Amino acid sequence: MSDVLELTALAAAAALADGSLSREELFETYRARAAADRAAGEQGLNCFTWVAEHAPEGPAISGPLAGLPLAVKDLFCTEGVPSQSGSRILEGYLPPYTATAVARMQAAGAGLLAKTNQDEFAMGSSNENSAYGPVRNPWDRGRVPGGSSGGSAAAVAAGLAPWALGTDTGGSIRQPAALCGIVGLKPTYGAVSRYGMIAFASSLDQAGTLTRDVADAALALGQMTGRDACDATSLEFPHAIELPSAERLDGIRLGVPEELTGEGIEAGVLECFGAALARAEELGARIEPVKLAHAPHALSAYYVIAPAEASSNLARFDGVRYGMRAEHAEELVEMYTRTRHDGFGAEVKRRIMLGTYALSSGYYDAYYGRAQRVRTKIAEDFRGAFAEVDFILTPTAPTVAFELGEKTGDPLAMYLNDYCTVPMSLAGIPAISIPCGLSRGLPVGLQIAGPAFSENRLLDTAHAFELALAFDGSAARV
Amino acid sequence: MSELSTPAQPPAGGSSKDSALEAVIGLEIHVQLATATKMFCGCELSFGEPPNTRTCPVCLGLPGSLPVANAKAIHFGLMIGLALGSELAPRSIFHRKNYFYPDLPKGYQISQYDEPLCLGGQLGDVRIHRVHLEEDAAKLIHLGASGRIHGSDASIVDFNRGGTPLAEIVTEPDLRSAEQAGVWLKLLRSTLRQLGVSDVNMEEGSLRCDANISLRPSGTSELGTKTELKNMNSFRFIERGIRAEIARQQKLIAEGGQVVQETLHFDPRPGAHPPITSLRSKEEAHDYRYFPEPDLLPVKIDDQMRSAAAAAMSELPADRAARLRAEHALSAESAELLGFRGELGDFFEAALAAGSEPPPPPQALANWLTGEVLARLGDGQDPAESQLSPPALATLVGMVAAKQVSVGAARQVLERLIAEGGEPQAIVAAEGLAAMDGGDELAGIVAAALAANADAATRVREGNAKAIGPIVGAVMRETKGRADGTEVSRLIHEQLGI
Repeated sequence: MSDVLELTALAAAAALADGSLSREELFETYRARAAADRAAGEQGLNCFTWVAEHAPEGPAISGPLAGLPLAVKDLFCTEGVPSQSGSRILEGYLPPYTATAVARMQAAGAGLLAKTNQDEFAMGSSNENSAYGPVRNPWDRGRVPGGSSGGSAAAVAAGLAPWALGTDTGGSIRQPAALCGIVGLKPTYGAVSRYGMIAFASSLDQAGTLTRDVADAALALGQMTGRDACDATSLEFPHAIELPSAERLDGIRLGVPEELTGEGIEAGVLECFGAALARAEELGARIEPVKLAHAPHALSAYYVIAPAEASSNLARFDGVRYGMRAEHAEELVEMYTRTRHDGFGAEVKRRIMLGTYALSSGYYDAYYGRAQRVRTKIAEDFRGAFAEVDFILTPTAPTVAFELGEKTGDPLAMYLNDYCTVPMSLAGIPAISIPCGLSRGLPVGLQIAGPAFSENRLLDTAHAFELALAFDGSAARV
Repeated sequence: MSELSTPAQPPAGGSSKDSALEAVIGLEIHVQLATATKMFCGCELSFGEPPNTRTCPVCLGLPGSLPVANAKAIHFGLMIGLALGSELAPRSIFHRKNYFYPDLPKGYQISQYDEPLCLGGQLGDVRIHRVHLEEDAAKLIHLGASGRIHGSDASIVDFNRGGTPLAEIVTEPDLRSAEQAGVWLKLLRSTLRQLGVSDVNMEEGSLRCDANISLRPSGTSELGTKTELKNMNSFRFIERGIRAEIARQQKLIAEGGQVVQETLHFDPRPGAHPPITSLRSKEEAHDYRYFPEPDLLPVKIDDQMRSAAAAAMSELPADRAARLRAEHALSAESAELLGFRGELGDFFEAALAAGSEPPPPPQALANWLTGEVLARLGDGQDPAESQLSPPALATLVGMVAAKQVSVGAARQVLERLIAEGGEPQAIVAAEGLAAMDGGDELAGIVAAALAANADAATRVREGNAKAIGPIVGAVMRETKGRADGTEVSRLIHEQLGI
């Protein structure tokens, strides 16, 4: 049994293929562990909002991922399986269809293992905003796993799922991956269809992966990319995703932006980051300073754009057709008001109000319009930087995992978690977080960002780092 | 058909000359586009299917669903823009219009905002402000006596209509009366029908019209405070609704009051008191929080899309009217009727093209078609759906012009052609309806008629012209209408020596 847990998804697929591992054993091993965590409730990590009762049935399951169990963030719609986006307002909601990203993984043979806990509507950086309780960090159960894909990150780190899908709007894959010591990939905006992802901020939301290693990220991404007729913003990926193989970084130019690697970053995190840069030079890379002049404004722009889109995206949760409806309301507006009052958590309501205000007549130009102009500047900064370097490196998060409750009373401190990840989201470019060491016994993430559609080169570079850094995440396994 | 020529300066409010105030009216028209599928999903459009059977996650606004714009709807929008002489936008971009209502499952309507697909233009004597695309709302049914959401026992939603593509056409405030609005709207309807972009059926809701109405002293140019009048779902109700609102504003002003900007509801029921009620005031107006729809990327309107729209256009009603008038020396009235009602124009041109002998004079053919034929079919009917063929009508009109058959006999032949079809010559021969020449036979019949109506004959001789009627009638009865009326009249006068 423990041997099975040592396998990455890619290795498990190989073991299934050569017959040394059975699909039943693989699925049941993870299913039992996930079910146990769910049954443990508060005593467990609380990674899951739903766990499969048995392996998917069907004689014809085939494809490169055949037999691999997959955990999926709650906000992906899965037909007939609760999809609640971490919210009370969608409690028990069973979608009639499956999100494209999940459907493509299933078409490649992966089986739905579990739905993972998350911050409500993906709004949060600690997974404490879930209506279904906080997720705990397997490295230290008194600490948060990061968010919003906290359940996915903790489940993979703890060995409760071989890999998981998440979504990243401003850092929601990368930051929890960093805090849990695993690999988190946010692809180029449009690379993976958003159809069936319960929307937070449409122009930023992007599906991606939380995996044990870089090769698994490539394996999953390769099944999900490509234009989807159901998502007008999805794009045909210009080439096939390949498994990474690079071991050296000879001739690779790595840019380090002063704006995202100085003030506000914890000393222990900077120390690990510096060590990773030193390893890169040993592998043949050239480290160069780059300028991202507008990056310090990214968080402000993000907290206008994302709430503005969210205020509109979340309008559909009105109690009329599905999900929760307040009882005993006498008339329409009362029903709307009470349903949304009772159904949404505090952070969601805060962002709906922020966004509603930012879009209001008379304020649009000052807030939304201006934020979009900042966004354009940030994208231009990246284009300029990528004319000089191949990739940009930053710490993924300014701190290691913090304690449960430590930042819940201070939204701004919580928002600062995404300081280093939000600029890439606004620019729509791919970025990956890989573990690069421990500080105070907790994982630190290294973020590598590249130009749009540079995923193959990005994964190769991350792979070379991964080999050289040789991070050992087994301490988190439960 | 004077209703089709729009009067240039009609009196205010349709209430003639006494008022020193003139009405200023602009229209907002919603047209359901006749695409195969909805605006942002693959559901087929609904035509009375059972409720909620033409729906999918997208048009139900289910979590996670995303819109994809219907290329055909954009194509139709461009055709409308070309027909109205609008400037076409360089790109198609959609915005979200945010408000809560149970017929709006996403909590926002995908519409167009500051970059409409078509800008400006003109149709007839009314300037076009803009044309934009959007999605229709679902249909709310309020159970209970009121029929409206307030005070209803329950409200249920049918999402079949939700997401149907709409073009919203907004005019400049160039209309001055309810009648003119009705006439212009008919021109718009025939233009859209000719384009083939919509069924344009008001009763079925594929053409819907709101009116912005204000009053101002005649001869001034500043606009008064306007109200927006909704729920006028037939041509009759549009004219009645606008008239009622003009009257309401006139009365308000006459009593020293002021018009307030608000959205109004017109109740067309005959006994409705008041017929116009307020839906919401300006203060209650929504802040729609428009912003660019992030789920749809702007689409460049390229030359290929433009030329595809241009190539799909057939001749428009106003252009056809002008051509028919020039080619056939028709009266303006006839040309407009044939141009605006495409099915009549088609029948007319097919009849002329038949090459029948003797050839029908075009104006006479137009008169017969729009007069005698329509009178027998019923207004609004398509003559092509009767048994009458265009060559048969052409032959019949040619025979009348050549005096081979009298007008009265031709009417009888027409009855037969409409009911049973056939050839005019054959019917004339079989029924013995050929015109009588002015020879001895007719003279004899006239003499007999004079003898049988001696009193009338005396009065005619004494100068009472009207008294000739019974004598002519007797001749026509005797000849079964074959006699030429003019010849009969001439013979009567001759035999009476006057």
